[in-house]
Amino acid sequence: MSVQVWTYILVGISFALYIGIAIWSRAGSTKEFYVAGGHVSPLANGMATAADWMSAASFLSMAGLIAFSGYDGSVYLMGWTGGYVLLALLLAPYLRKFGKFTVPDFIGDRYYSNTARTVAVVSALFVSFTYVAGQMRGVGVVFSRFLETDITNGVLIGMGIVFFYAVLGGMKGITYTQVAQYCVLIFAFMVPAIFISIQLTGNPIPQLGFGSNVVGSETALLDKLDGLMTELGFTAFTDGNKSKIDVFFITAALMVGTAGLPHVIVRFFTVPKVRDARLSAGYALAFIAILYTTAPAVAAFARTNLMETINNKAYSEVPQWFETWEDAGLLAWSDKNEDGKIQYGPGKLFSEKKPVFIDQEGFYGQRLLNNDIDRSNQNELFIDNDIMVLANPEIANLPNWVIALVAAGGLAAALSTAAGLLLVISTSVSHDLVKKQIAPDLSEKGELWIARGAAILAVIVAGYFGINPPGFVASVVALAFGLAAASFFPAIFLGIFYKRMNREGAIAGMLAGLGVTVFYMMRYKLGWIGGPTTSEDWWFGISPEGFGTVGMVINFVVALTVCRFTPRPPKEIDDMVEDIRVPSVK
Amino acid sequence: MASSANSKAYWSVNLRYLTVLLLVWFTVSFGFGILLVDQLNSIRLGGFKLGFWFAQQGSIYVFVILIFVYVRLMNRLDKKFNVDEE
Repeated sequence: MSVQVWTYILVGISFALYIGIAIWSRAGSTKEFYVAGGHVSPLANGMATAADWMSAASFLSMAGLIAFSGYDGSVYLMGWTGGYVLLALLLAPYLRKFGKFTVPDFIGDRYYSNTARTVAVVSALFVSFTYVAGQMRGVGVVFSRFLETDITNGVLIGMGIVFFYAVLGGMKGITYTQVAQYCVLIFAFMVPAIFISIQLTGNPIPQLGFGSNVVGSETALLDKLDGLMTELGFTAFTDGNKSKIDVFFITAALMVGTAGLPHVIVRFFTVPKVRDARLSAGYALAFIAILYTTAPAVAAFARTNLMETINNKAYSEVPQWFETWEDAGLLAWSDKNEDGKIQYGPGKLFSEKKPVFIDQEGFYGQRLLNNDIDRSNQNELFIDNDIMVLANPEIANLPNWVIALVAAGGLAAALSTAAGLLLVISTSVSHDLVKKQIAPDLSEKGELWIARGAAILAVIVAGYFGINPPGFVASVVALAFGLAAASFFPAIFLGIFYKRMNREGAIAGMLAGLGVTVFYMMRYKLGWIGGPTTSEDWWFGISPEGFGTVGMVINFVVALTVCRFTPRPPKEIDDMVEDIRVPSVK
Repeated sequence: MASSANSKAYWSVNLRYLTVLLLVWFTVSFGFGILLVDQLNSIRLGGFKLGFWFAQQGSIYVFVILIFVYVRLMNRLDKKFNVDEE
């Protein structure tokens, strides 16, 4: 059977499963809609959290990113897992004891202030919207690549599915579909990884194959890869190009940002007990670690395969998949030295981000480019990061059903994350804004309908951004982590661990942290303030991706200073903090 | 008040656990994986350079173990101070 038929079958089965679960788990009350009634088992919540967390980017792009950045890719691996230690040890158990529905709920109550609540709502909405647009785009990309529909139709189908279970089922529907989606996505990620690990190293466990010798030789895979890369003039795979200080700050920003992301935190409100919150953070990280320890192995395998298959090959002899992905615009070749062979090396093929093709074929049948070809280096190849996971099974000659499986997995990853984010958006509106601030005597039924309405609106807005992505979306995801690190994490942490922290300190800290981080991003990432900049201009050599760490430190310093000069929090707050620190008092 | 003294003692043991576990968390990731990566890379672990292994594999395994250790410690502590949920 062809890849396309397989894709229809596997995607069809998985979608039918999600819809079935959605119908079975409709939400009847606000508590079910917001936190699945608080009855989710720690194991199920762990899986749901893992699916919620691992987005289209984790599934499709991360291995590719590591394949091309080698050691520097460690920032994502450590950053996006280490945050769970902070969550499990410093936040999740206490927020579960607090026992309400949202992050702004905690901030608003702990700091006895609707201003603090509003700052939290605005940050939550901003972080979630940036993130969700990327997911809908991911759904569209997978559809267009595998089912040959256009991206717009792909996004519309994705919207339909998410709409169905997020709007009907709320957190309850989302949780149980996420459990199913986790199973689909991890299976889809592991199967090709295991196949390729066996092919290259003879070891079926990718994490071990990563450190094994290449089949039929005495050379370790990583040594071979380092050799291939340095020979062509790249930095060795196991060395990096980023400065140590930048790696440090980016890792810290991603870790703390992870611990501060509202759609992750809210998952810990769904389990019955404090000790379940701790345990389910452990399960969540274990489930995430399966993918995150496999991804760097996949990256190394893919890079080795790619260099061996392509470099110095005549274009007329490259395998079929090269043309397939050239047609999709994810690969491009320009024969700089006119020898008919593909030379691959460091440096960019052209200055633009994406290839622009003219509707004409070159002498060897390659698609001709209209880009501004960079002749200062010898590299003749453009490779999009995303291709590594998508094309990996084809490059390794795996059967068609494995290739189709990757499509189903990518969709599961994108849909599960999108649903979790949509819930945060709808809850922020119906609960934190309408119920808590505008109409406190709203009935439970009314609130539930507003939550559903907000979810519908959020699906539509997310879909719109998926179809017409603003140019800055990719760079803004980094912003989302930076903002979460600079705003939520210190406010929640101090709220639990420092009783003296008061309203004035927390608000001043959040605003200062957010302000500095937003300014730095606009200045050095988006170029909206003061014209173009280069990495030479960064403060202390810290990239905008890592600046959230500085924002967090500023938040802490400002909050601690301001609270010294302003009144202590009232007695009730003192009691509340005492109460959340202990699981139960008999 | 007896229960408040009990809570305070419970909290201070908790803080001690947190400090130790977070020290390990910092050492394996920021320490071995970033700050000391070049020194550790001169040691080999099978086909890996050790520093690289910590950055892309080892630190993640340790993170998982840390959470489960904390779960066990706290479950025991909850019982000892009689603050566990039934």
